Amino acid sequence: MLELFLDKYNYWIVIVLMLFGLYIVISRGNLVKKLVGLNVFQTSVFLFYISLAKAEGGTAPILTGKTELFSNPLPHVLILTAIVVGIATTALGLALVVRIQETYNTIEEDELEDLNVAVMKGEQDRIPGAEGEAR
Amino acid sequence: MIAAEHLPVLQVVGPLLAAPICSVLRIRNLAWFFTLIVSVGAFLCSLLLLQTVMESGPISYELGGWMAPLGIEYRVDASNGIVLLIISGISSVVLPFAKRSFEAEVPEKLHSLLYTAYILCLTGLLGITATADAFNVFVFLEISSLSTYVLVAAGSSIDRRALTAAYNYLILGTIGATFFVIGIGLLYMATGSLNMADIAVRLGTIAEIRTVDVAFAFIVVGLALKLALFPLHTWLPNAYTHAPSAVTAFLAATATKAAVYLMLRFSFTVFGTGSGLLAPMAGTVGIPLALAGMFAGSIAAIYQYNLKRMLAYSSVAQIGYMVLGFGLLSVTGVMATTLHLFNHALMKGALFMALGCVFVRIRSVHIADLSGIGRQMPWTMAAFVIGGLSLIGVPMTVGFISKWYLISAALEQEAWWLVALIVASSLLAVIYIWRVIEAAYLKAPPPGRAVAEAPLSMLIPTWVLVGANIYFGVDADFTVSVARAAAEGLVGVMQ
Repeated sequence: MLELFLDKYNYWIVIVLMLFGLYIVISRGNLVKKLVGLNVFQTSVFLFYISLAKAEGGTAPILTGKTELFSNPLPHVLILTAIVVGIATTALGLALVVRIQETYNTIEEDELEDLNVAVMKGEQDRIPGAEGEAR
Repeated sequence: MIAAEHLPVLQVVGPLLAAPICSVLRIRNLAWFFTLIVSVGAFLCSLLLLQTVMESGPISYELGGWMAPLGIEYRVDASNGIVLLIISGISSVVLPFAKRSFEAEVPEKLHSLLYTAYILCLTGLLGITATADAFNVFVFLEISSLSTYVLVAAGSSIDRRALTAAYNYLILGTIGATFFVIGIGLLYMATGSLNMADIAVRLGTIAEIRTVDVAFAFIVVGLALKLALFPLHTWLPNAYTHAPSAVTAFLAATATKAAVYLMLRFSFTVFGTGSGLLAPMAGTVGIPLALAGMFAGSIAAIYQYNLKRMLAYSSVAQIGYMVLGFGLLSVTGVMATTLHLFNHALMKGALFMALGCVFVRIRSVHIADLSGIGRQMPWTMAAFVIGGLSLIGVPMTVGFISKWYLISAALEQEAWWLVALIVASSLLAVIYIWRVIEAAYLKAPPPGRAVAEAPLSMLIPTWVLVGANIYFGVDADFTVSVARAAAEGLVGVMQ
């Protein structure tokens, strides 16, 4: 059991980070904290890609003419793209949080929910059928 | 012609390059016109592509001349040809409508940026569909998703709830996309390839291992979030309700369709027989969730007073039909799914555009405000009624064609109970469409409300889609032949 843990310790780190991230997204009510959780979650995927590309004893993939063992560079390049996507997502998410703070004056999920549900109730309470009701 | 062989990539790269140009066009009419040209260009490309594919088989394009599987391959066959046609076609029809609609719903200074986000979303959706490279799919998925969040948030000047809707969509959409990319990583780990066809070949040569099954599970769950399969649909009703009307019409008709296509592509072409999980997943998870979505969506729709939200819940139900066809894992079932992809885009596009017309005139889509509107806006409401009939599945409309093939697929497997459930859920659609008809035609308009018919620039695009609803409902040869080719191409791999 301990060997399984030590041999594949990189994957265990990935799994732990992944679950932490998802848990933060689900459990936190603060919109910024949720984005932090999302970032941790995405980072675990970056680590996953990078560690699966590692060849034991491999070096950086630079052609020197000698036969050497290289790490696989492709996942690293893929993850560069994914990191850019992650940054864009975080930036957009934070921009939305700023706008939410400006219009609602709160970034706590349950307070936002209360404000939205109150409006919804108002909509549903306007029973259709009362013709010519004042708008 | 040199351009002809580059068509598969041109229709993706064209909009991609157009987006930054559009962002610097500060005159909103110019930005709109530019967007329209780009979109119509993409539409013509996809029309030519589909024609070529139907005549001479799948087209493979190697990006930058790098050979697949090392390079990125774009591959167009019947199943994604038709999805490309839907996406670019709906976009081109919605754009003329969008001009007046955006003017009524979005502050003027945002328009050129809004059109930029629109082009990016179009790029992403076309890219997802055209590419044959698994990681490329993820990149385009995120391009389309990020621009969609922006488009949804643009509704915030009408209703601030658009912001929270966009935020929730961002969180769930990102989780979905990340699940998808984890799946791709596991697949790469098992096969060492990212090209879809190459992965399929390599999966056939390796023994069944846990990694492949886990990859399949991650990809399916990630895509189910993106296509809003019940119970992962929670982002959809809010996003569709609070986005600007034109955005809703565009997204409802295209975004979930691209995700459904991906689900088909990965399940059949990539995994196919490579993962033993496909058949059990479809039987024990796919079909029950599809049925639950069909009923939960329709029943929730009956209780909505905001009509955009009503149609959004109805979309959840309609996605249920698509997943149901897929879950049957037969040629007819996948045909029904492909047909419904196409047909549902036509009907939901028409319905959401009709509501957009109503909103421009009375600034509300609440059912209480629609009393008597049928007499004051006869053309708009007639479009809504025909769209509604199509949604129910009345003969002579496209809705009937989809239901016909879905029921045939169920009958093929002698699943009578499925047929009964499909008919029962269609009857639920009668109830929520009838509520609107009752309010619009049988009630008197509130005294003192003078409402003119919607402007022609919005009515004509709406009626183009309504006309398509009837045309493809009467003469289904084209759609059925493409859907058959698509289904045989996808499911044929398995047999």
